Amino acid sequence: MKRMLTARNVFVAGLLILLVLVPLYAIVTDNLFPLTLYTRIVILALAATSLNLILGYGGMVSFGHAAYIGIGGYAVGILAHEGIYSGFLQWPLALFVSAVTALAIGSLSLRTRGVYFIMITLAFAQMLYYVAVSLDRYGADDGMTIYQRSEFDGIINLSNKISFYYLCFGLLLATIYLTWRIVNSRFGMVIQGSRSNDRRMRAIGFPTYRYRLVVFMIAGTICGLSGALLANQTDFISPAVMYWTRSGDLIVMVVLGGMGTPFGPVIGAVALLLLEEWLSGVTEYWQIILGPMLLLVVLFARGGIEGLLAGASRG
Amino acid sequence: MADALLEIEGLSKRFGGIVGSDAISLAVPRGELHAIIGPNGAGKTTLIGQLAGEMSPDAGNIRFDGRDITALPVYRRSQLGLARSFQISSLFLNFTALDNVALAVQAHAGHSFYFWRNARCEADLRGPAGLALARVGLTDRGDVLVSKLSHGEHRQLEIAMALATTPRMLLLDEPMAGMGPEESARMVELLRKLKGELTILLIEHDMEAVFALADRITVLVYGRIIASGSPEAIRANAEVRQAYLGEQETANG
Repeated sequence: MKRMLTARNVFVAGLLILLVLVPLYAIVTDNLFPLTLYTRIVILALAATSLNLILGYGGMVSFGHAAYIGIGGYAVGILAHEGIYSGFLQWPLALFVSAVTALAIGSLSLRTRGVYFIMITLAFAQMLYYVAVSLDRYGADDGMTIYQRSEFDGIINLSNKISFYYLCFGLLLATIYLTWRIVNSRFGMVIQGSRSNDRRMRAIGFPTYRYRLVVFMIAGTICGLSGALLANQTDFISPAVMYWTRSGDLIVMVVLGGMGTPFGPVIGAVALLLLEEWLSGVTEYWQIILGPMLLLVVLFARGGIEGLLAGASRG
Repeated sequence: MADALLEIEGLSKRFGGIVGSDAISLAVPRGELHAIIGPNGAGKTTLIGQLAGEMSPDAGNIRFDGRDITALPVYRRSQLGLARSFQISSLFLNFTALDNVALAVQAHAGHSFYFWRNARCEADLRGPAGLALARVGLTDRGDVLVSKLSHGEHRQLEIAMALATTPRMLLLDEPMAGMGPEESARMVELLRKLKGELTILLIEHDMEAVFALADRITVLVYGRIIASGSPEAIRANAEVRQAYLGEQETANG
């Protein structure tokens, strides 16, 4: 039997406990800043988890994944701007528009491979970025403030920072569980097989394109949810959230944490955003330090932090 | 031919100035083991590529079980029962041997839009996959990662994956490539067992194996069929001896 008490499992369990305790720490110290930071981390971990589904398990290097964060955010922001605050309308719309966009982007980009796929997903995301920039009614490139958070009357009050944090955390855990179910199902086997050897998949009788398209849509839809959360967290939405460097950040989280592992993206999101937070306090030029650190991980720890821990567990 | 399972008519394929297939016409009756031989560059792999659907011919057509499959994509041909193995093992290296074969079973067990149940626990997939592994003699290697298997085992697994798709016909592209004499002998035994049940198109360099197994042999040179007939007839054919066998005999002798 596999050992449960490996270095990796202990680390992941520790990380999750830490994330559960963040609000407590905020209450005890009467300092809400960590809560704000960790809410952001959890939301981006959710986005990275959705990217991991296609990047880590499906081998699709989408360089435009942040587009769905923008779509989810704008769905919330635009409806709020027009006086519709109900989350029961905002969020389903966020998911629906994300899914439809992913269907459109995927149906074209998945006909290509490798660098072409990366470039096409990037091009689509940039196109959506400029669409957002051109939305004069909704703040154009300055973005717009969302004066009221999504309303879920009688269920949850998103303005309560602690409830909101636990909602985000719960959704993250649910998504990780969903991802884990998906990747081990028949559908997931097709996705993983297609990453490993798409030619062979077709030779044994799989029309792989349609499966890849569906998983691309699932990932986009989940990422749209993280966009709706992020807009609520910041009370603000602007085109900046869907700029291509944001898509790059998501890729870095997945690669840094460990591609194709359930908790890798969470580890990556926590590591990247905490490093960013810490280094930007040390120096203005923090990216000079962060860059080489990422290079080292990519060069010497192919499986990311998760891979290092798993290696330590075996050794 | 009325009971031909695979019929090829006037199949032609050019790559710029190079002729890959030159008006190839061939019929493989049900139950036959038909071997295709020819020197390097004779267009054997080009032919398999067109039969499997990875390349589309410039002219001619391919009929499988009476149905024109010339324009069908690769996966549709597999679903009709035309299975292939690859000359260079083409497997899922990060999966176990059993996972590999189970995936081939899954491809022919209806659609795969099931998102919840663990596929590795489904008896419907693991059972038949285990049987396919047993047929090629890999039963006790099922749980080993494919990247850890030997070359010979990869070749066996190639066959197991083709078998797991419950095919009516096998396209085998040099199943003995890179095998030692002992492994080759085992592969010949395996193919002999399969011979009665399935129609097989075998491309192979190992002449000993070809003459031991084939019901009929077709000789390809520069993309063109120069002879087709029983092993005895091919052995006696002067043109073949000169173009192919003779060359090897001189080389060997």
